[in-house]
Amino acid sequence: MAFVRDTVTVFEREIAPTLRDPLGLLFTMMQPLLFLFLFGPLLSGTTSMNDAPWQWFVPGILIMMCLSGPMMAGYMLLVELIGGSMERMLVTPISRTAMLVGRTLKEFVVLLAQSALIIGLSIPLGFSANPVGVFAGLALLIVFGVGLGALSFVLAIASAPGGELFYGVTQLIMFPLLLLSGVLLPVEYGPAWLQTAAALNPVTYIVNAERALFSGGFTDISLLYGLLAAVAVAALGLTLGTRSMRRGV
Amino acid sequence: MIHARGLTRSFKMKGGPVHAVRGLDLDVEAGQLVAFLGPNGAGKSTSLRMLTSLLPPTSGTAIVAGHDVVKEPSAVRARIGYIGQKNGAGENFRVRDELVSQGRCYGLSRADARVRADEVLTQLDLEPLALRRPGTLSGGQRRRLDIALGLVHRPALLFLDEPSTGLDPQSRANIWEHILRLRADYGTTLFLTTHYLEEADSMAERVIIIDHGRIIADGTATQLKSDLAGDRVTVTLSTDSDAPQAAAIAERLTTIPPAISAPAVSVTAAGEIVESGASAPVSTAVSGAILQLRVPHAGTALPEYLRALDAAGVKVVAAETSRPTLDDVFLALTGRTLRESESESEPADAAPASV
Repeated sequence: MAFVRDTVTVFEREIAPTLRDPLGLLFTMMQPLLFLFLFGPLLSGTTSMNDAPWQWFVPGILIMMCLSGPMMAGYMLLVELIGGSMERMLVTPISRTAMLVGRTLKEFVVLLAQSALIIGLSIPLGFSANPVGVFAGLALLIVFGVGLGALSFVLAIASAPGGELFYGVTQLIMFPLLLLSGVLLPVEYGPAWLQTAAALNPVTYIVNAERALFSGGFTDISLLYGLLAAVAVAALGLTLGTRSMRRGV
Repeated sequence: MIHARGLTRSFKMKGGPVHAVRGLDLDVEAGQLVAFLGPNGAGKSTSLRMLTSLLPPTSGTAIVAGHDVVKEPSAVRARIGYIGQKNGAGENFRVRDELVSQGRCYGLSRADARVRADEVLTQLDLEPLALRRPGTLSGGQRRRLDIALGLVHRPALLFLDEPSTGLDPQSRANIWEHILRLRADYGTTLFLTTHYLEEADSMAERVIIIDHGRIIADGTATQLKSDLAGDRVTVTLSTDSDAPQAAAIAERLTTIPPAISAPAVSVTAAGEIVESGASAPVSTAVSGAILQLRVPHAGTALPEYLRALDAAGVKVVAAETSRPTLDDVFLALTGRTLRESESESEPADAAPASV
């Protein structure tokens, strides 16, 4: 019971600034929004695309958001680690694991709200999707996002007190992960080496699964791969996350 | 309140292990105000982090507020307050929200946490700032907020790591007012680190001096000063040539026993450093026509010395005395002043391991 209470405590603390200033959510999702409005229309103009460019593009934008949001969560944790607020909470009897789970839950809620917003905004642009597929897609996205968030926390903890490691790693992996997953342009058009690199990127499988789900392809084999990739990221993140929290920050 | 035995902590570093704290034995009774004094890197914060269960000791035990810091960390945490060196409130959160969260962290219900948050806001004169973010507060206000965060659960024992560092004199005085009021009103046991000598001197009833991870002195400020340092007598002679004679007279004085060399208070094995600083009898220093003596009581030593000089025909143009400071105590114990130690590039941590 104490664990649930502690998790709620951390969640409430983390979500309070968002609730007090919901517009802040928009700023943290600026990049995906810009891509949606300034890059998406370019795609719909190309003839080489399949006939439903938005159905292809919007899932990619959700993944993009899912990459940047949790990274940001790690950054916030890092700031608290460098300042004294994390230490202050570690001296209270609150559960270490709850500190991670509560934060992750907040990421989960924020991601859900942001995804709903992206989907809502893209409908007027010409996006239409299978409703069941959208829900399944969001669920998959959240599994992936929770895992990424936890990994980002682990990285933040490992980077304290300097923080250089965190900035270095996130700068280094963020864009390759994004570009090599076929979020912006189809990887199939690239050279063979790039396709191989994309095949090694777990994000590729999640993007493909999202696209299949949004277009109602519930029997597509890419669903299985996407689910496996998302669960693997989540399992890895939560395992490492709880471990580094227990070990003491 | 605190009973530590053989508390040790080493860190693995690139250049080999660093022994930050080496065998700390410590007993603090309820209601005491203890200042932990030492240069940067002496092991103050590491000791504090072990006593507050933030850092597991490499060896040794500590019973804090009745519970073992290693075996029952949650029980210790529930009973102590800790105000770290850095600011405890998160940048993204409002002042009052952070206080409520803090109460919730200690298991208070939402309603109780809100009531308590308002109480500590009042107690530390922070009400007008309740809706602000910590980043918009002044240094002194932020420090008051840190103290408020540490008081939410009404701990009987409060640890403060350099509570007044980096503040302007007015804010420092204000912080101290709040700290002392805590003690007067609630009998809170206070254990704080500081490198402001004057603070340790005037505020704490007990001063523990730590250097290179070891306690080198422990007592009241007055006791430490008279036992370890003594008063300083400065005499200016009319000519340089009289100086050797004046120094010789000083050593024969009856009111200047060579006892200063043997500190009565617990002095752990800081080795040869202690001797070099303290064993020089009466520690007479001559520079030109100016003589400096260290004596237990300048008030009785000076008249006698002046009479003796007069009798020997040595002319004195000026004489003054000064009370010792804790810096003099530190100098007597270690051969260095605290300020010198501060400027060492890697104090204590870089000291050769002797374990």
